[in-house]
Amino acid sequence: MKRSVCRAFIVCVVTSAFGSVAVAQSAGSGESRKDKSPYVELSKVPAKAAAKHNPLESDPDAVAAGSKLFEMHCAECHGADASGGKKGPNLRVEEVQQATPGSLFWVLTNGVVRRGMPVWSRLPEPQRWQLVSYIKSLPAPSR
Amino acid sequence: MNFRLLILSLLAIFAVHLQAHAQESPYLVTYDHYLEEPGSLEVEYFSNFATQRGGPDFHAYWMELEYGATAWWTSELYLDGQTTFGDSTIFTGFRLENRFRLLKSEHVINPVLYVEYEQITEADKIMKEIEGHDVEIDHAESNAVLRQGHNHELELKLILSSTHNGWNFAVNPLAVKPLTGGEPWEFGYALGVSRPLALKASAKRCTFCRENFVAGVEMYGGIGDRPSFGLSETSHYVAPVVAWNLPSNWTLRLSPGFGLNDNSHQFLLRWGVSREFQGFGATMARLLGGR
Repeated sequence: MKRSVCRAFIVCVVTSAFGSVAVAQSAGSGESRKDKSPYVELSKVPAKAAAKHNPLESDPDAVAAGSKLFEMHCAECHGADASGGKKGPNLRVEEVQQATPGSLFWVLTNGVVRRGMPVWSRLPEPQRWQLVSYIKSLPAPSR
Repeated sequence: MNFRLLILSLLAIFAVHLQAHAQESPYLVTYDHYLEEPGSLEVEYFSNFATQRGGPDFHAYWMELEYGATAWWTSELYLDGQTTFGDSTIFTGFRLENRFRLLKSEHVINPVLYVEYEQITEADKIMKEIEGHDVEIDHAESNAVLRQGHNHELELKLILSSTHNGWNFAVNPLAVKPLTGGEPWEFGYALGVSRPLALKASAKRCTFCRENFVAGVEMYGGIGDRPSFGLSETSHYVAPVVAWNLPSNWTLRLSPGFGLNDNSHQFLLRWGVSREFQGFGATMARLLGGR
């Protein structure tokens, strides 16, 4: 009996250790990729997804609704004014503002899991498009 | 009485603490593929009231501390207890759980691996998963008798989940290996489907907007063990579920469950309250002297 319990603990410890090692590795690889742009994911968006049109582009409430959603789900990492936080990059920069709505939607949907951004497909599609509308409405950073 | 005080306290805190909110699934048994956000801690309290033929009804409860270690790994601790009416209130054990997202981006079907270690007594009645030949009569004995039996189990689940047009579909086949007594692998399942009542967010902050409510239905049960796989002597439940995501990071869930055969409890009533603390990891790191 004791051996079985020990075995179970070993499984749990190994599981947690696996996670910890992987986290350490991803942190380490983050260091080595420091000069790699955090916006590189936008260049990996498949062409078909990038070409998608925002169906809520002309919705007068989309930006306000997106602003509310941003505050709820994104501000913690990207900063309250989207100019970047401890974990998430600035969303007012040219790389983001010049990206197509479809590209932003794709990154929101798929996340950038290895860099710490979760998938946001739990938000229904219209809400993700509302977020895209808000992000695209952001003014450029003041220099 | 104490439970009522707890709920009132929670609601009082909720009333004065309005800020961001999370979009949580309504499921109480089934898992979808969404993990806790990295660095966030979710503190959850759940209850399971069940009617019992051949014994007193009971109210089991558990607390979950769910932490998002990374965007692909969530770790969780459960503390279980129960009150059997006319008998006693006891602590029934703990569970340690880890969930790993297996694919880095979103797919039609998204697999998540679930690994859990349980150290509980046979008096544990939270019924978080139904497995093997779990049946109603297992819960009829007194707590004094049930707490003599100890279960050390390793539980594995493959969470398969898909979201399309706002609908979430989740299937959780599970296998449990009792680590003592040489007992065989036991099997079970949980299925869930859910959808928010509105897909678009309204422009203003609101408590009662339709988008804050997610409704669905779950079905869960046991499918025997290795020597006797199948539906014989197993219990099964169907349970409508609803979650209300409040604009203050609180989520309330409610789920009446109905037994589908004679081996099942006739009625279950589950409910839960949870709150997400964003940035918990960073706060702890600062407190512990990190950056």
